[in-house]
Amino acid sequence: MKAIITVLSTDREGIIAQVSGMLYEHGVNILDISQTVLGTYFTMVMLVDLSKMKVSFKEMTGLLEKRGEELGMEIRMQRSEIFDAMHRV
Amino acid sequence: MLNTSEILTTIEMIREQKLDIRTITMGLSLLECIGGNTPEKVYDLVTRRAEKLVSTGEDIENEFGIPIVNKRISVTPVALLLAGGQDPVEIALALDRAADATGVNFIGGYSALVQKGATEADLRLIRSIPEALARTNKVCSSVNVASTKAGINMDAVKLMGEVMVEAARLTEDQDGMGCAKLVAFANAVEDNPFMAGAFHGVSEGDAAINVGVSGPGVVKRALEKVKGEPFDVVAEVVKKTAFRITRMGQLVAMEASKRLNTPFGIVDLSLAPTPAVGDSVAHILEEMGLERCGQHGTTAALMLLNDAVKKGGVMASSSVGGLSGAFIPLSEDIGMINAAAAGTLTLDKLEAMTCVCSVGLDMIAVPGDTPASTLSAILADEAAIGVVNQKTTAVRLIPAKGKKVGDWVEFGGLLGRAPIIPVHPESAEEFISRGGRIPAPINSLKN
Repeated sequence: MKAIITVLSTDREGIIAQVSGMLYEHGVNILDISQTVLGTYFTMVMLVDLSKMKVSFKEMTGLLEKRGEELGMEIRMQRSEIFDAMHRV
Repeated sequence: MLNTSEILTTIEMIREQKLDIRTITMGLSLLECIGGNTPEKVYDLVTRRAEKLVSTGEDIENEFGIPIVNKRISVTPVALLLAGGQDPVEIALALDRAADATGVNFIGGYSALVQKGATEADLRLIRSIPEALARTNKVCSSVNVASTKAGINMDAVKLMGEVMVEAARLTEDQDGMGCAKLVAFANAVEDNPFMAGAFHGVSEGDAAINVGVSGPGVVKRALEKVKGEPFDVVAEVVKKTAFRITRMGQLVAMEASKRLNTPFGIVDLSLAPTPAVGDSVAHILEEMGLERCGQHGTTAALMLLNDAVKKGGVMASSSVGGLSGAFIPLSEDIGMINAAAAGTLTLDKLEAMTCVCSVGLDMIAVPGDTPASTLSAILADEAAIGVVNQKTTAVRLIPAKGKKVGDWVEFGGLLGRAPIIPVHPESAEEFISRGGRIPAPINSLKN
């Protein structure tokens, strides 16, 4: 299963390090990564593979959310199908 | 490969424009519960089949990152279960307990279909509606009083005016909340996932997953980018937006159907507002260039919106049904609330608007001393619009006891709040007391 992780933050420092370390720890493999600026937000978008993930989807989203709160960022993980459905005929 | 701008567009729709799945509604046939111990059988069937509905909805919400606001159940019209003198209120109480046990927000189907005539069981159910709604929290009721094929059952229309008054009286301490859970239809559909009018029609199978999408905020934001452009551009933007919203609904519906091992029914392509700022259908109309919803031009703007939503949504789903269109529930739409409070949006204009959109005079609070016959006459007018135009129309009016024009009713949550708006004071007593049936209209020689 593939998912998209998006990180929204007002500060760009340490985003990749903070998030990628945590993903590695839980067996989430990063396939692609991209960074951009959205309005006042610095954003990072990652495509990840969950086939070797050591925790459930729900636990992982919970962990990411919690870490996001600690760091003052918004971190989401969503299954990639939702983006394909919305933007591809 | 990542397309960052598409991904961020989706995130923005969910995060800022309040895009959500309004409801996953599981339709359940209760026909096997007929005869003996019906309330117990109803409770058992509903709690067994819908046991995982809420948790599955929450899992999908978590994995796809899209809010699913309501999880609901619709059941076979309860009037059909009343063989052998079964007390309908007992079934309402069983449904309410089942709703609590499964954790759903609402359960719909305390209903009767009497467009042509009413059986003894239909009448018992209709007369019991005020008590059933006052004694339950989550049960919703609907009565179909007219159809294009049968005409308008004016005896039922008369009775429904009285039922509305009584439902408001029995729930007067909650601003007439009973009436917020009661809708009278013309041309009711059998696969509607939205409350208060959802029921699981007799032509449906044992169970179905029906999904209602939403997203007025997304449409408004998309239109902000084409300010001043001609209407064909507006229509295109609405179509494209509706396509995206509906695709998401289709995805969620298929996923829910698979996980719950229940056949997929339909996606209802609706723009359903909530009282939250940024989630208003009225504000879409105002974005098109109207100063305030309800002024001249409103009906045309709404016609465009409703039509473009359907055109965009139809291709995005393998099966479209339900009510499918833009909703205009007054108390649930901040733009409508403001326009009604300012006096721009009147009952007469709302009636005109229902000719071109889904569904009808919805969540409108009227003075508490409005006679039953006037409520019936409003329902008759609305049914006439539906019957002649071969569309669903509905009436959900709240004659809030003790309230006058200018007062407010407060329901809270998704049901919102509304100012009491005036009705015409002239008596409809003589008109409504005729009873009988208004014949079905001719379907050719259309002018």
